[in-house]
Amino acid sequence: MTDLAQQPVIEARDLGLTFQTNDGPVHALKDVTLTINKGEFVSFIGPSGCGKTTFLRTIADLEHPTAGTLSVNGMTAGEARKARAYGYVFQAAGLYPWRTIGGNIRLPLEIMGYSKAEQNERAAQVLELVELAGFEKKFPWQLSGGMQQRASIARALAFDADILLMDEPFGALDEIVRDRLNEELLSLWARTQKTIGFVTHSIPEAVYLSTKIVVMSPRPGRITDVIESTLPAERPLDIRDSPEFIDIAHRVREGLRSGYDDAAE
Amino acid sequence: MTRALPILTVVAVLLAAWYIAVVPMNAKWEYDQAGRAGTELSFSQLVSRTMTQDRPVLPAPHQVVAELWNSTVVEEATGRRGWWRSGSLSNRSLIYHGWVTLTATMLGFAIGTGAGILLAVGIVYNRAMDASVMPWAIASQTIPIIALAPMIIVVLNSIGISGVIPKAIIAAYLSFFPVVVGMVKGLRAPGAMQLDLMKTYSASGLAVFLKLRMPTSMPFLFASLKVGIAAALVGTIVGELPVQQGGLGVRLLSGSYYGQTVQIWAALFAAAILAAGLVGIVGIIERRTLQRMGMAT
Repeated sequence: MTDLAQQPVIEARDLGLTFQTNDGPVHALKDVTLTINKGEFVSFIGPSGCGKTTFLRTIADLEHPTAGTLSVNGMTAGEARKARAYGYVFQAAGLYPWRTIGGNIRLPLEIMGYSKAEQNERAAQVLELVELAGFEKKFPWQLSGGMQQRASIARALAFDADILLMDEPFGALDEIVRDRLNEELLSLWARTQKTIGFVTHSIPEAVYLSTKIVVMSPRPGRITDVIESTLPAERPLDIRDSPEFIDIAHRVREGLRSGYDDAAE
Repeated sequence: MTRALPILTVVAVLLAAWYIAVVPMNAKWEYDQAGRAGTELSFSQLVSRTMTQDRPVLPAPHQVVAELWNSTVVEEATGRRGWWRSGSLSNRSLIYHGWVTLTATMLGFAIGTGAGILLAVGIVYNRAMDASVMPWAIASQTIPIIALAPMIIVVLNSIGISGVIPKAIIAAYLSFFPVVVGMVKGLRAPGAMQLDLMKTYSASGLAVFLKLRMPTSMPFLFASLKVGIAAALVGTIVGELPVQQGGLGVRLLSGSYYGQTVQIWAALFAAAILAAGLVGIVGIIERRTLQRMGMAT
């Protein structure tokens, strides 16, 4: 089934990243070729050291590839970063303790030169989106871990960036909060229509959230499998018990295992 | 009450030890006097006499307190040149000398803090300064200030700068170093994740400095300020010694010239009380500020 409105937003071709360390070169990424289209929700899953975070950081121009090409929104990654083309969510919320939640969300807006009125409007809008309205004047230490992470996501959504890059944002949270946040993230994605790159360790999370799952394996970091999800766009949480879901999860697991076996050889 | 009790206990023990030490320290003089007069001294007489000597080797605590009281409140209220009678501070009172020392300390502290912050910013943002400034800053602190102070004063006087400023320069000299060390650490404290976040916003260097590095360095700055203000006070007192135009250092020195040990001790305690007060004030400001910044430890 082809989507006629597909336009590539992130294109990587034979991307390679080799770190030179004291113990010799580490091939964090090797021959990574991937196209991410507009509006897709792409999950990157794989064991530690498979390069998924490195790939995300390379898209964000926080790492520099040593081989291959990468284009984001038709520009190089560096130009895209200067054009503030994406929002990045880290594993830890990383909110500034000396600013209120509202102040934290206004941080990128202040840096990017939005007017005071716009800042307030956007902050209110985006807090509403992540269901933290009313917490604008609270400080980060007054919020739970899950709420802080929601504020961090709100911060990444505050400015006009088409792309959202998330590096294991729910990794440090418990299962129950995670389920809730997964649902919220999906509804957020439906409402904002952003292109999302999501790194995760969790197979159910990857299958539940994404339209496309990229399975990676380590040593050297490479893509083992790219799975187009056949699940519908509307996904209640109990879709996780459906046979379709389990099939896709199975395929992901196979991809992970084959990558692991390759590395073991 | 529970927090005051350990402090009061320690103070009580120290006072008791001090009182006990007074007797043997001052005993020699009493025995000499008694020997000359050809009388015998009983133990209780010895104890009572050593506690009330005019020029003791070790003044008793109550003597120091009495002198403190006399040189401050009594002098200003009833002295011929006191505040009450003449409208200006008496030059015999510790309030006047304390004020002279305080003004120079505060000026020197302000200069030292400002210079320290500027140097720290330079070290963090400029490779050349990073490689070269620190060794010089450290070396500057190893020169004994008591030797350097007269030189600074003479040089500054020769170009026409006298009065409070040379003393303030010496105070600044001693207080800039903790500020440099603390601020360099503080400005470099933000973690990789925070700096990466700023990169994803493509933030300018100034934005990163004002919005991330400066606020992060506040706890480090306050820790340095507490050390710095005490160092500034020491520098001022040392700076007063060559010049001798008022100040607690002068009071200390004149006490030692004229053998007035109680005066020396009273001036010493006044300096200690001043230092404790200043550090305490910085501590209060620190607590309030860090609480409002959500960084209180």
